[in-house]
Amino acid sequence: MTTKQTKQTTQTTQTTQTTQRNEPGLAIAATGLHKAYGDKKVLDGIDLHVPTGTVFSLLGPNGAGKTTAVNILSTLVPADAGQARIAGHDLVAEAQSVRAAIGVTGQFSAVDGLITGEENMLLMADLNHLSKQEGRRVTADLLERFDLVDAARKPASTYSGGMKRRLDIAMTLVGGPRIIFLDEPTTGLDPRSRHTMWQIIRELVSGGTTVFLTTQYLEEADQLADRIAVLDGGRIVAEGSAEELKRLVPGGHVRLRFSDPVAYERAATALRETTRDDDALTLQIPSDGSQRELRAVLDWLDAAGVEADELSVHTPDLDDVFFALTAGTAAPATTAATATKETAR
Amino acid sequence: MSAPASHALRDNLTMLRRNLLHARRYPSLTLNLLLTPVILLLLFVYVFGNVMSAGLTGGHADRSEYVAYLVPGILMLTVAMTSLGTAVSVATDMTEGIMARFRTMAISRASVLIGHVVGSVIQTLMALVLVLGIGLAIGFRPDATPLEWLAAAGLMALVSLALTWLAVGIGLISPNAEGASNIGTPLVMLPFLSSAFVPVDAMPGWFRWFAEYQPFSPAIETLRGLLLGTEIGTTNAVLAVAWCAGMTLVGYFWSKARFSREPRR
Repeated sequence: MTTKQTKQTTQTTQTTQTTQRNEPGLAIAATGLHKAYGDKKVLDGIDLHVPTGTVFSLLGPNGAGKTTAVNILSTLVPADAGQARIAGHDLVAEAQSVRAAIGVTGQFSAVDGLITGEENMLLMADLNHLSKQEGRRVTADLLERFDLVDAARKPASTYSGGMKRRLDIAMTLVGGPRIIFLDEPTTGLDPRSRHTMWQIIRELVSGGTTVFLTTQYLEEADQLADRIAVLDGGRIVAEGSAEELKRLVPGGHVRLRFSDPVAYERAATALRETTRDDDALTLQIPSDGSQRELRAVLDWLDAAGVEADELSVHTPDLDDVFFALTAGTAAPATTAATATKETAR
Repeated sequence: MSAPASHALRDNLTMLRRNLLHARRYPSLTLNLLLTPVILLLLFVYVFGNVMSAGLTGGHADRSEYVAYLVPGILMLTVAMTSLGTAVSVATDMTEGIMARFRTMAISRASVLIGHVVGSVIQTLMALVLVLGIGLAIGFRPDATPLEWLAAAGLMALVSLALTWLAVGIGLISPNAEGASNIGTPLVMLPFLSSAFVPVDAMPGWFRWFAEYQPFSPAIETLRGLLLGTEIGTTNAVLAVAWCAGMTLVGYFWSKARFSREPRR
């Protein structure tokens, strides 16, 4: 009996591995990644599945393990446990094939500050084993595309933060990687540079590249990512599209605005659990924004024979999700926001 | 899976070009290190020259004799000093973000180190030409045949290769440039404790043994023999080559092992 069970378990394991190996359309498939530095657990068993041609964002506060995840997936550091396949290649056994398929732009500028931007690009062309002619062409193209032509002949150490980051990504693109890892690509950039970077990332994806992005900015994940995983304390605490994540936390509501005070009063009486705002003649009804709950609100309104001038659905933004899911609570943020508003007044 | 051989060769050349470009853009490190042997050469010849030569010739002062004795030693000191530059530049390079990029690229990993080593040896040989030029200008008159010149150049390249691989290892274990400079200091002190400035016979008995067999003395004696026709002795020649081979191997495997370790966070 016991022997039989063991056998079955083994078979199941094998099946799982085979499935993972043959899974088509996945640029990144990682299971059970663990990493500890000394007795500090940085990654405590994370699974990641990123379909080819999509943007995946690993969202988390400082110290959540985002950089460690990127370092492991980009072959920079070995995982203590777990397996991963990148572009179909095993991370450990076929590290060099993985490296040939990926491009990495780390959190800290990975440019050679002692040489010029152009020389940095040509260095990458050589290391990607492009021909002289091809290297010059790609370099000229990318310098143009990333608005670095004027600075091309200056040492990279003299570049501003935004320029360095652009050069960094341009260097990553020289070899035409199919999968790109971007570790906090906009941290420390001013708003304009940040938007430029977002534009660059969108262009990459439209060209079919898979992007694995870490960020601590919710707006960034919301703007760019097809799927978001929230990483906290080395574990993935939630995963889904931005919309799916927003539905995970309470705080969503339907807002009804009236111009007729009589209709407002009738609606307020007919509907239960509403929050009144008598000055603005608006009512707030808690709702997860689902079709069923919306229909219920509409049915109530129909039954009471009132018509709202405006109906809007408010889902919580990623900030709500972030604070609800990561170690802190929503309270400090709310307090902070309120305090700011009051100060502003 | 390792990169094909042609790729590895190209990576080595690319990294060599990168290092030579660094050296050309920022020659101050190498030039600063060159200053020490040149100043010592001038100091020992013009300030201490007469006194030192009296010890060599058994009484009468003859500065030009001391020039002949000193220059081969200064040349080896130059090799040691420039290898310290390698340790510093490797340590600095390892703190650069671009190192992480190299590690995530499908390139020959050893090329990062080989580029440093070959670049440093080329720089050292150029530095040696400069120091030798100064030596010739102040009266160094070697009587080497072309074949002996070739052997001398080969010997210096060999010593440079050995010290550079050790220096790469030192650079890799150092947290920063200052650390590399400190850890590398004993290596640079060795020529002072050799037969570079005075014959080992002039040293106290208990110390003579160390001075005679440490890496620099056999190399310096061999170089003297090649350039000036003095007695080399089989022991010195064999020891010099053996030391170089040993240090190269140790430095190479040590550096390779250190470099393939998990990078510092």
